[in-house]
Formats: sequence, structure tokens, C-alpha cells
Amino acid sequence: MSSRRIFARPARRAAIAPYVWMVLFFLVPFAFVLKISLSQTAIAQPPYEPVFDLTAGWDALKGAFAALSIDNFRLLVSDDIYVFAYVRSLTVAITATVLLLLIGYPIAYGMARLPKRWQAVAMVLVIVPFWTSFLIRIYAWINILQHDGLLNQILLALHLVSQPVVWLSTDTAMYIGIVYSYLPFMILPLYATLAKMEPVLEEAASDLGAPPWQVFWLVTFPLSLPGVGAGVLLCFIPIVGEFVIPDLLAGSNALMIGQTLWLEFFTNKDWPVASAAAIVLLVVLLVPLLLYERLQKRQLEHGR
Amino acid sequence: MAEELPGTNVAAEAAGRDAFPAAGQPLLRIEGVAKTFGTFRAVDGVSLDIKAGEFFALLGPSGCGKTTLLRMLAGFEAPDEGRILLGGKDIAQALPHERPINMMFQNYALFPHLSVRDNIAFGLKRAGMPRAEIATRVAEMVALVKLEGLEKRKPDQLSGGQRQRVALARALARRPQLLLLDEPLAALDKKLRESTQGELMELQRRLGMTFIVVTHDQEEAMTMASRIGVMKAGKLAQVASPRELYEAPRSRWIAEFVGDINLFDGESKLRDGHRLVIGTRDAGALVVAEPREPVGAGRLAVAIRPEKVKLSRRGPVSEAGREAAINRLDGVIADICYLGGTTTYKVKLDTGGTVQASVVNSARIDVDVYSLNQHVVAWFTPDDCVVLPS
Repeated sequence: MSSRRIFARPARRAAIAPYVWMVLFFLVPFAFVLKISLSQTAIAQPPYEPVFDLTAGWDALKGAFAALSIDNFRLLVSDDIYVFAYVRSLTVAITATVLLLLIGYPIAYGMARLPKRWQAVAMVLVIVPFWTSFLIRIYAWINILQHDGLLNQILLALHLVSQPVVWLSTDTAMYIGIVYSYLPFMILPLYATLAKMEPVLEEAASDLGAPPWQVFWLVTFPLSLPGVGAGVLLCFIPIVGEFVIPDLLAGSNALMIGQTLWLEFFTNKDWPVASAAAIVLLVVLLVPLLLYERLQKRQLEHGR
Repeated sequence: MAEELPGTNVAAEAAGRDAFPAAGQPLLRIEGVAKTFGTFRAVDGVSLDIKAGEFFALLGPSGCGKTTLLRMLAGFEAPDEGRILLGGKDIAQALPHERPINMMFQNYALFPHLSVRDNIAFGLKRAGMPRAEIATRVAEMVALVKLEGLEKRKPDQLSGGQRQRVALARALARRPQLLLLDEPLAALDKKLRESTQGELMELQRRLGMTFIVVTHDQEEAMTMASRIGVMKAGKLAQVASPRELYEAPRSRWIAEFVGDINLFDGESKLRDGHRLVIGTRDAGALVVAEPREPVGAGRLAVAIRPEKVKLSRRGPVSEAGREAAINRLDGVIADICYLGGTTTYKVKLDTGGTVQASVVNSARIDVDVYSLNQHVVAWFTPDDCVVLPS
């Protein structure tokens, strides 16, 4: 039947809620940021011009519109700092997501194959770190990774190294922090798809002559792709914009776009350039999102 | 003519295979196989020979171990004890992908991300068959199970019956020496199940392949199989042809499990030539033919199938010299169950028990119709009775 019949009237009204939410908390702020990105810095309050003043009359408003320009976007493209920051953000996000997938998949698979009552325990173990504040956990890592920290003490005690290794302020430390923080976001969607999958499909594949690695590549992995997609997106998108972890754990010689944004906003007080950088970041992130959605739609059409 | 059938060259190839055992040798020999899960002995010392070309059914209630036994044949479980010999070679510890055995799974286990064609080709690709040959074989299989035109569909675009056919084609495509079928028809509705039973039998005959089917449905087992192994609590209770199983069950449990039956508990009283007289609590003294295997003294049960119990208003028409040997029980009709082709009457006996009689409705207009509370005589011959240890 038509989808209209499915919802009773009150339910139909409630269905508007997500759109109201989107307009209020996404589109309106987005319009503000877009407008600021087209403005110029000024030593004023707010620190940019032109300012739309609805009380100043129609002509003033028209003048303000005319004063908008895309100069900030030109700057973003022409100045290496920004290009490097974008490239670094994407590189870090891709590397970290691949690491997360390689580490998260076996964990999720193992969880999904546990006896039912142990699965719940494993689930709690995956979620338990969330009970501690994110910042505290990152500071804990600083403690572990510093010169005389836990990691170096262990390595020295085991005679694996002869002097303390420099961990802090390196990319390694940053990747450890990112992988540690985002692992649950990779594991949970993977686990959800793998747990739903019938183990008898793997038996059928091996019955038809597939050795274990082929069973995995030809049956298990393709069937878990929706979970892989969800996990990759859940990790990749926030990592691109990540600010705290690289700021606390990585060195300061190469900045990610989140750090650059922060610098522009708070150190340089250049709101327009920061806004333009944020807009570009959003557009960059839309690409994988749209790709994923198209892929899902195609899968759905196939399924029908 | 016959060569044009898509299945015949499969049979020819199977017959010419090296590993195929010599005539008379069993294809599959199961020797003292046992499997324990924790403290539960799922399969408890099963030994069984299966000849090439047989259609064998493992029948039993749920939890009797039949599925575990099948899974050990497929390689999904390793037996704790015993040997499984296929063509003389012990495969008990071989992994599933190393066995020339294929399985058709309950609920089919079709790969949801692959098309009908790719599902059928899956096993062939794993065997490293050249592409062109795969295409030919898949087309052959598709024709065999009559799925032409559906090759590109995904499993969820098929009906239950079509999915069943894909599962069958996929399992047959590798031309296994032995095909295992786990409740192959359980997911189909009744009408489709009956027609598919016929098709499975026809296919098995045509391919000359060996089938082992696991089922809890005794009618299904009786219809399709040439031999049935009835399992109970991890053990084989009886292995016999459907007819033998029905007419000469070895135990009271089997008699009750397979089909409907009237049972009268009693004790052996006296022997009269080839007849035994057994005194029963509910039906008085019954004359029965002496069983082939002598039953010990003590408690016995007389078993008689409902369709072998005749009803009449005044008792059996006398046949000179035989009347004395006929068991006649007086009673009144207590319950009537009209089933279309037959009517089952429950007769409350004057001696206390009840007996069920199944009467064929051979005429459209009422001839032998009895009504509730009507007095009748239920009678049956000694040869129709089976004597079982109680």
C-alpha cells in the first residue's frame, strides 16, 4: 500500500521533526558560516565585514551583499598551508581508518562467533572506555607514552630497548590515540552485521569446496560490506576533522585541518578564512558520504 | 534419446569415476561413530552401510542425533569415535571442503549476494573448472531443475520452491559421490512438498546418485527412500525398507513412531501350532501369528494397524474352518473421524479398551457407515498382528 497509509496523523506530524532539526541546527548555522566565509576580516566586533543590518534599510543591505567575495576561497587554494593541512587530514584519516578496519574486523568477527552470553560481555567491554571522559583517556595516553612513561618502562625492563624511545609528539602516538579512541565506532557496526549473518552460509561455502580463506573472501566479507561501510564512515569523517588527538599527541610541524581552523579562529582571529576552510572541509566530506549512499541505493535496488 | 536429458551424462560420469567402489561394496560405511556435546551423547555408536545409488532416509524425532550424524558426514563435526569410510577411505577427520560430498541445507543457505547462476557456479569455480565448462554445467543444472530464465535473479527474488531448486542445483553441480539433504522439503507447503518429493526421486534415479536425506516427516521418508534408518536417542533403532518398517517394526517405540497403531499389552498364554494366544488386559485373549524372531515370555504387546481392523455389524462372514482363528471384539462406536479417502472409527470395546479402525470410503454413497454409539464388531486376522516386547 502507499506509504501515506502507514503513518497515522500524529505520527506524520512527528515525521517533520528531523527536518526541523536539520533546518535549525544544520542549514541555518551553515548559512551563517557561508556568509562569514564570503566576508573580510575587520578589527571590529564581530571581527568581519560587511555585517547584514536589517534595520539599515534596503540599500545598505544591497551594498553589503555586493561586498561579499570569494577571496578567502582563492587564498585557501593558493596558500600551501591550507592545501597541506587538507592533504594531511585526508592522509591521516585514510591511514587511521585502514588500521581501524584491520584491527576492528577480527575483533568484531571474534565477538560475533562467541557463544551468545559472552557476546553481551564482549559488547560491554568494547563500550566501557566511554564511561571515562575522552580527554582524560587521551591524557592517560600522554602519561603512558611520555619519556619515563609506562610504555618505555616496560620496554626497558624487558630489555627490548636500551634507552627510552620518543613516542610523544610523533605520528605514531597520534595514530595510537586515534585508533584507540575510534575503535568502538568501527567494531560496533561490523559486529552488528557479522552477528546477523547466518554461520550456515560459511558452512555452505566450505561444503562447496572453499578453503577457509576463500570462505572469508567470497562469503563472509562481501556480506559484511554494509557494516564495513558504516564503520569506515563513522571513523573516517570525524577523523578528518579531528583536533584534540593530533593537538595533544602529534608533533606541531604538520597540522591537520582541524588544528588550522582552530589557529585561524582563535589565534589569528580570522573568522572569514576559518569559515571558508570549514566550508571546503564539509564539501570534501560530502564526497564519500554521497558515494556511500549511492552504493547503498544500488544494493537496495539489487535486493528488490 | 536418453542422451538428450541433461542429467544422463552426469550419471555416466559418476559411474565411471575411479573412487567409485566396486559393485557390492558399500559406497559409505559408518563404523561405530559417536559424538558427545558436553555430557550429551548426540550420536551413540552408529554403524551403517550405504550402497551406491541408494536413496536412504534418516528418520527420527528432533534431538535424536540424525542431524549431527549428517553433519559428521559433511565434515562440520568430527566424530569422537568411529570411522567414516567413503569408497574405502576414512574421511572422518577430513575438512568439509576436502570431501567429495555435497549437502543441501535446511532453509537452503543460498548466498544472498550472488545470483542464481553464481550460486550454482560457486562449487565449480572452487574446483578450478575452466570458465567455458562452468557455463555449460550451470546451464545443464539450470535445465535440470527447470529454472531457465531466472539465472540472473538473486535468492530473495525467488519463491520458496525456486530457492529449493537452486539449492538442489548448487549441491548437484559438483556431481558429488554422495548428496546429503537436510530436511529438504520442510520449508515448502504441502502441495509443493508432494510434487517435489516425486521430482527428487525421479532426479535421483536418473542421476544414479546416492542420496541421504534427513527428515522428521515419516511420510516423506516412506515415500522417497528405498531404505530408512530410524534413530532414537543417538542410536539406530531399526534400518529397514519402508514396508518392513511399517509392517514389521522391531520395537514398540518404532511401531508407535511410524504411522498409527493399536497396542494391547498382555502376556503370552499358550501356543497352538503357529499361533500364540496372548491374554491382554483391554481386549481379552488375542490369537496372533508366531513372530519370526521368538519373543521371550513375560510382558508383550500386540500391535495392529488401524487399516487392518475391519468393522461389521454382526462379525466376520464365516469362512469354513478359519473362524476360530479370527479375533473378534465387540464394542460401540465412540468417535468418528472422516478424512475423505478414509474414515477412522474409534471403537470402545466391551472388554474395556478402545481400538481404532480405518475404513476406506470405497463408495460415494454411504454403504458401510456407522454412527455414534452403534454396536459393531471389530475383527482382524492373526497374521495382521505384530507381537512386540513390551
